[in-house]
Amino acid sequence: MNSFSYHRAAHPVEAVKDVNNQSDAKFVAGGTNLFDLMKLNIEKPSHLTDINRLDLGKIEVLPNNGLRLGALVTNAATAWNKDVEENYPLLSQAILAGASPQLRNMATNGGNTLQRTRCYYFYDLATPCNKREPGTGCSAINGFNRIHAILGTSETCIATHPSDMCVALMALDAKVNVTGVNGERTIDFADFHRLPGDTPHLDNHLEHGDLITSIDLPADHFKTNVAYLKLRDRQSYAFALVSVAAALKMEGNVIQDVSVALGGVAHKPWRDRQAEEQLKGQSATAAGFREFAETVLSGARGFGHNTFKIELAKRAIVRALTMALKNESTILSDLSKA
Amino acid sequence: MKNATETVELPEHYPVSLKVNGQAYNLKLQPWVSLLDALRDHLQLKGTKKGCDHGQCGACTVLVNGKRINSCLTMAVMKDGEEITTIEGLAKGDELHPLQKAFIEHDAFQCGYCTPGQICSAVGLLNEGKANSLEEVKELMSGNICRCGAYTHINSAIMQVKGETGNE
Repeated sequence: MNSFSYHRAAHPVEAVKDVNNQSDAKFVAGGTNLFDLMKLNIEKPSHLTDINRLDLGKIEVLPNNGLRLGALVTNAATAWNKDVEENYPLLSQAILAGASPQLRNMATNGGNTLQRTRCYYFYDLATPCNKREPGTGCSAINGFNRIHAILGTSETCIATHPSDMCVALMALDAKVNVTGVNGERTIDFADFHRLPGDTPHLDNHLEHGDLITSIDLPADHFKTNVAYLKLRDRQSYAFALVSVAAALKMEGNVIQDVSVALGGVAHKPWRDRQAEEQLKGQSATAAGFREFAETVLSGARGFGHNTFKIELAKRAIVRALTMALKNESTILSDLSKA
Repeated sequence: MKNATETVELPEHYPVSLKVNGQAYNLKLQPWVSLLDALRDHLQLKGTKKGCDHGQCGACTVLVNGKRINSCLTMAVMKDGEEITTIEGLAKGDELHPLQKAFIEHDAFQCGYCTPGQICSAVGLLNEGKANSLEEVKELMSGNICRCGAYTHINSAIMQVKGETGNE
């Protein structure tokens, strides 16, 4: 690990200023991903601004009855928060599908959105990687790419975003509140992460010194008929090959509203709103779900080892929507009933 | 980026107060010293083990304010003022913690390297109170790897203590 200096910030404005003082300074909260990458010399900040003592550790109901998740609330505390469990079970399920209990006790909501890819080549300093070292090339496109993206890829990068939580936040139309040198702003979750394009080294639309302060969830949004389905190489503590956050609003058997976000398939949580529009007003049928899945995956491209993900994603969408319809969960609370 | 010929001034040592197993320690540490290294190399508490050093194996699991975390992925300086419990702090004198007793009773280890992490993780699991069945214990212990494969006995030990503590 490279040496770095350290400052414990007491106020968001001070924290933002502290990071802005140096071009390669970073915020640290849980540190679970950052320290991992620093030990491997993939991240080499010269200075860390510790934001753990900032007052961003609460979950509170907003005046509009939405829910505000403080950036510093841990993933575990969020997943097991009463309001989240009751009103946003999809988020609880997704969080509990990720990482391990120890990591969820450390990782924060803000930090979870900033996780970097788990592409093997990003981690391997001996190989070219446009995300790690822009302009060196992508080793995955013609390499071992079983875990890589099938949607929204570019010629420079086929990495995926590793988060489960973010897939649920995408499906739930969350918003990210940010404070930076130019004041405060709110970013729709759909616009938070980037596709790789020709700047794969940029994961999201934050500027240097932008601090996530909270994440807002809209009121009364997919409280029932939700399912998070995560398909992976082992049953627990593994990243998704494909995951689906599915949410339905039903009236009888007619779909009033639907939201489906995919994980493990793209550089950001993937959602196809046009396809969702087509599903609205239809009866919920397996054939309709399959047709929807075909539309969502119509632009998918495999790279050899990961081509199986295209069919896997389609089937996962159908299964997740079917589970959502029946209000079945795969995660934890229902394990004992399985 | 710093030039290779430039003299690099190493950052200062930062004061870090930790309460470990009930005892207060005042340390001066460089910011990159992990909590794990602080415990093992600065406080000579060698019970907590370094396995992967990347949060994947769980051998370094300790409790911070009663919550289980990977001590390898946190810097000690970030835990200034916090209360840490390691495997050395679980027994009350000669009286072993119920989980320590149960691990012995159920032969829940072979080489023993993962055991301190397994036991601290299990303490954290019981504190959380979210595991209501064997399946859930398994899921919520998945952050601790045992390469000897003692999982069946580890789960039995935890299930026994869970029953005893009325955490059903």
